[in-house]
Amino acid sequence: MNPGSDTTPVREDIIDPRDQLHRFHGGLVLPGHREAVASRPVQAAGIPPRLVLPLKQHIGEAAECLVRPGDRVSKGQMIAAPRGAISMPVHASSSGTVIAVEARPVPHPSGLMAPCIVIETDGRDEWGQASAPLADYREVPVGRLLERIRESGIVGLGGAGFPTQVKLAHRSPDGIDLLVINGVECEPYICCDDRLMRERTGEVLEGVRILQHILKPRHCIIAIEDHMPEAEAAMRAAVGAAAAGNLRVVRVPEIYPTGGERQLIKVLTGREVPSQGFPADIGIICQNVGTAAAVYQAVVHNRPLVSRLVTVTGAGVREPRNLELLLGTSFRHAVETCGGYSSEVDRLLMGGPMMGFAVTTDEVPVIKTTNCILAVTREEMPPSGDLLPCIRCGKCTAVCPADLLPQQLYWHARSGNLDAAQDYNLFDCIECGCCATVCPSHIPLVQYYRHAKAEIWTQEKQKKAADIARRRHEARIARLERVRQERSGRLAERKKSLSGPADQATDAKQAVIQAALERVRKKKEEAGQAPKNMDNLTPEQERLIREIDARRSQKDPPTEH
Amino acid sequence: MLTALLTLGILAALIGLILGYAAIRFRVESDPIVDQIDALLPQTQCGQCTFPGCRPYAEAIAAGEADINQCPPGGESTIQALADLLGRDPKPLNPEHGAHAEKSVAIIHEELCIGCTLCIQACPVDAILGAPKQMHTVIAAECTGCKLCVAPCPVECIDMVPVLQTTGNWIWPLPVVDSLVPGAGKLAGGAHG
Ligand code: SF4
Ligand code: SF4
Ligand code: SF4
Repeated sequence: MNPGSDTTPVREDIIDPRDQLHRFHGGLVLPGHREAVASRPVQAAGIPPRLVLPLKQHIGEAAECLVRPGDRVSKGQMIAAPRGAISMPVHASSSGTVIAVEARPVPHPSGLMAPCIVIETDGRDEWGQASAPLADYREVPVGRLLERIRESGIVGLGGAGFPTQVKLAHRSPDGIDLLVINGVECEPYICCDDRLMRERTGEVLEGVRILQHILKPRHCIIAIEDHMPEAEAAMRAAVGAAAAGNLRVVRVPEIYPTGGERQLIKVLTGREVPSQGFPADIGIICQNVGTAAAVYQAVVHNRPLVSRLVTVTGAGVREPRNLELLLGTSFRHAVETCGGYSSEVDRLLMGGPMMGFAVTTDEVPVIKTTNCILAVTREEMPPSGDLLPCIRCGKCTAVCPADLLPQQLYWHARSGNLDAAQDYNLFDCIECGCCATVCPSHIPLVQYYRHAKAEIWTQEKQKKAADIARRRHEARIARLERVRQERSGRLAERKKSLSGPADQATDAKQAVIQAALERVRKKKEEAGQAPKNMDNLTPEQERLIREIDARRSQKDPPTEH
Repeated sequence: MLTALLTLGILAALIGLILGYAAIRFRVESDPIVDQIDALLPQTQCGQCTFPGCRPYAEAIAAGEADINQCPPGGESTIQALADLLGRDPKPLNPEHGAHAEKSVAIIHEELCIGCTLCIQACPVDAILGAPKQMHTVIAAECTGCKLCVAPCPVECIDMVPVLQTTGNWIWPLPVVDSLVPGAGKLAGGAHG
């Protein structure tokens, strides 16, 4: 490594002209499980009868629904609008009729339901009238391009799903030194980016050019892991053919998790993103190859994000392959398109085996961040062995790509010592799962970190809510005090001029309340609590009623067992 | 050697002087203990501690007139935090003040509301919207769940409902033994570090 390149802001040094690569700490070499799937072309999965589109598909605020059941929608129509800065619109991914806006199961580790728009498709897949495509994006102000990217609902398609235009607008004061196009796809099984680069090379490249135009980086690298030589060759040919300039393709070694933003930056430049900072802080921005292709569709063809490539795989699927799926398609439809489940299927995951999570039903829809639907058998992903106490072997520390001390994090997260966990940089953990994979005691380390992070966020939220409550309470006390003073001032004035009965007003108010009470009582009676069939009762029945009434008046809630 | 020592000595003395001066010149009023206690209280403003709000309770604690285990909404974690701050031993919540319960929010059944404004007067954080003889409604995001509006309502149209669990406020649970957590599961074929 070039000593001093970490501190001296010599821009030209950010990447080595001979593509000298660096290493990040730790990481694992994992079996790929991709070959068969990666060799098959992408297949379109068609239009399912129903599409379920969650209002929230990534971090940030949920979008605000713009449609009602019964509304007709065309493909690409915005059906939910962003609410707040880190919020993105949702578009109808095919034409049809909205049949419900309600809570449905969504792909989320909690297994909870969340608000979704349900569309019954009409099979015509008709696009609405789009505004005219931009003639030439180079002529358009950058702000307008960012706006277009936002309107198109584009989020990072590599997994995290951060709104793309927010990332693009986050500049360091010195501008951007390096734009990294992440085609690394390091997690086992997943190979949709591989297919994307092979089959839609031109789209990816055009998207990269648009991103370059927006960011004006000094360098741009398309990083590809060395398990996908075809994709690399395709990209190289395209880049070479198009007179590359400062754009290059770089092959990086296959080590999990090289696809992590920080890890990839370290590999390409030797630089570290500051703890809890952003790559933009050191003049670097990363975008996934899928995101680049989506940007191309949005800017050049004015097509919002309505579909994505998804790897449907695992030994639990009969004919695993990459599919192009409309957002909102159920996991079940995707698996059925791939020949259905094999008999030994055990669990269904969204995402890869390392960072994905299990879903409880295959009704959940494909969302913007679904890069992989993984149906595993018990054999290929056995439940972790018996939980044993930590033996302080240090293996977790050796493999942690974020250079953390997983064992310390574990102790503190387990004992609820959240401050200490933060001191050990809990929030730099990328939840890659390397530590848990090598732990000989089978400790589900990552889940401890996820719990601790969520706990800290919750506490912060509560603290903010408490601060607001305190302010509102103080404001109220001040207001009451002001009113009291004003009133006593007025009263004193009035006393001087005339004296009269002061409590007439309150009497009047009481009377109003009394009358209202009476009305409500009547209403309740009318609403069905009034006794019926009370004519022609026998003396015996009348006696019973009297007894019941007596009991009722003694005991209010009439629940006797 | 001597010059080095001398320089260092003078430097140390100089810096000492500057620091000493700065300490006097830029002294900040130290955070009064009441503020620190108040910062730990949940700000529900419910009065269950027998004080008219969180700050009066904080003042009473600071003055030694109230114990640290009187706030049911805060529960154990608040007691622990107060104990840490004040260097005392934590103790269980005093049941006289009520039991700790999960947060709830008030809901007004708007078809029954008569617009009497009594609930508005009861709400310690002005989280209820309405005007005389107008239907009232609760701003759920601002409601602290103090329940103070429930009793004054003459037509009993206010209910407290628990805050629903959503994908937004859900917390990853701590692992249970034998959990099937992805990432914790091993890949068949084994991994080579
Ligand atoms: S790998 Fe597991 S047993 Fe070894 S130190 Fe880390 S947590 Fe402890
Ligand atoms: S999950 Fe977190 S702590 Fe464990 S190896 Fe990955 S980054 Fe390190
Ligand atoms: S009991 Fe707790 S929340 Fe309620 S007013 Fe007292 S300190 Fe505030």
